[in-house]
Amino acid sequence: MVDRLLMRGNEAIGEAAIHAGCRYYFGYPITPQSELIAYMAKRLLKIEGATFVQSESELAAINMVYGAAAAGGRVMTSSSSPGISLKQEGISYITCAELPCVIVNIMRGGPGLGSIQPAQGDYFQATKGGGHGDYHLIVLAPSTVQELADLTIKAFDLSDKYRNPAMILGDGLLGQMMEPVEFKEYDINSIPSKESWALGSSHGREARTIVPFNLDAGEMEKINNRLKQKYIDMQKEAECEVVNMDNPDIIVVAYGIVARIVKTAIQKAKKDGINIGLLRPITLYPFPSAVIRENVHKAKKILVTEMSMGQMVEDVELAACGKAEISFYGRTGGVVISPVEILEEVKKLLK
Amino acid sequence: MKKVFEKPKSLTDVPFTYCPGCHHGIIHRLVAEALDDLGIAKDTIGVAPVGCAVLAYLFFDCDIIVAAHGRAPATATGLKRVKPDNIVFTYQGDGDLASIGTAEIVHAANRSEKITVIFVNNAVYGMTGGQMAPTTLEGQITQTSPYGRDPKTMGMPIRVCELLSTLNSPGYIARVALTKPAYIVKAKKAIKKAFQFQIDGKGFSLVEVLSTCPTNWGLSPKESNEWLEQKMIPYYPLGEFKEVF
Repeated sequence: MVDRLLMRGNEAIGEAAIHAGCRYYFGYPITPQSELIAYMAKRLLKIEGATFVQSESELAAINMVYGAAAAGGRVMTSSSSPGISLKQEGISYITCAELPCVIVNIMRGGPGLGSIQPAQGDYFQATKGGGHGDYHLIVLAPSTVQELADLTIKAFDLSDKYRNPAMILGDGLLGQMMEPVEFKEYDINSIPSKESWALGSSHGREARTIVPFNLDAGEMEKINNRLKQKYIDMQKEAECEVVNMDNPDIIVVAYGIVARIVKTAIQKAKKDGINIGLLRPITLYPFPSAVIRENVHKAKKILVTEMSMGQMVEDVELAACGKAEISFYGRTGGVVISPVEILEEVKKLLK
Repeated sequence: MKKVFEKPKSLTDVPFTYCPGCHHGIIHRLVAEALDDLGIAKDTIGVAPVGCAVLAYLFFDCDIIVAAHGRAPATATGLKRVKPDNIVFTYQGDGDLASIGTAEIVHAANRSEKITVIFVNNAVYGMTGGQMAPTTLEGQITQTSPYGRDPKTMGMPIRVCELLSTLNSPGYIARVALTKPAYIVKAKKAIKKAFQFQIDGKGFSLVEVLSTCPTNWGLSPKESNEWLEQKMIPYYPLGEFKEVF
């Protein structure tokens, strides 16, 4: 059965998680994602055998996730920018221990306590590692409430597939907006069994350990090599939406809510006789470099726009390998870019 | 010939890495004996800390995860919530539990998570080379209190059992020592009782074990036992502090 419901973004993430069999949630309240923790409390506390814990801190929450994932639970935590910073140590441990979990970051303005309005300033933190050591998260960037739901489910599946934490990188605008959303059928029996590695009772088998360290440098390097191979394997999961790429005057590259705003700018531009193409990375790690590379030569100018001082623009430049002239336009602090601003920037570049 | 004494089955054959005179070995043994006596080793998940006991995963013959410094009670919470039929214990030192992990232990105790905590208090940071711990005694010299712990700027040593016993939630909390056979018998009884408390689903249990660190105290094993009895026990009285369910 497919239900079509009008839901707030944050709540759609929660419902999608439960739909995908997530029965364990640990989190700490923070604006602008608090509707998600409240939704998980409302739903999970009524499901037998499920767990909802409002933890004492973000540090505790991510370490509860670590324990729950080690025991084989399908587990999630969520927060917003400053709270995600607090979770970084635990995320690094979980990645080293190769445990699956989903972490939601509904970004707000930064740095510091920043603001509580939408932003995209955590791109570097999300895609380059974030905590200490060499590692990556799988990072998915939804741009609609429907995609918040779909990509949350996908995040659980990818996380299990690679035994690596996956992050939903949204923002305060997506989290707060209401839109219709459908929850497609999901077969909970398709969730991979964790019996071969999860901790629990050891009757009839050797005792197991989950150890996120090795005092032997050579052995620790082997762990890093194994992780590296995983990141190489992961590259095939890269996804990018390609819009209006038929002879564009200019190509805009944007992700998440900003890409959606660009789509409005595309319509406005048509009235002025300007054809804007859009490349929208859906996975931020792995970054869809190949799609970017294949398309950048289709226009003389490339504009990367983000609600940051310019973070994804570096990955676009790397992907373009110097084959395109790349400009950047960004707003920060919680200021949301408008379609008119994007159009003005486009016109300036086309002059 | 009748065998009257043997190594607990819940310990592996890996030799301990602890310094001569350190009590970790005795504590490991008592925990393993409790797991054996209660027949729960195959259903137990341990949480090893950061510190001297980080290698505990090599010594206990049960499933074990190594937690981040201070976060063992949170990690244990996650394990126990997913596997409520398993027995979950953490093994933590004083820096881990009473300094960097203060929030985690207080809140795990306050939620009365059904976990057992073995808290090893030796009044010093062992693995990092003898720095001041939250449980370092007044006037005690360490690497970071080279002129003695001065309560005016460094605070007084934290009594964990007394602090946690003020929480209005179910729990079993006791403090034991190991410097003489009579104490060891009591310690074993308390550790077993703590695990039984969890088996019975009564809630959170914690046993604080006063322990020596001859290496960082700069004393011989014998002098260390004497120092523990003369200096630590008067400030950290032994006994059961709470048994509420």
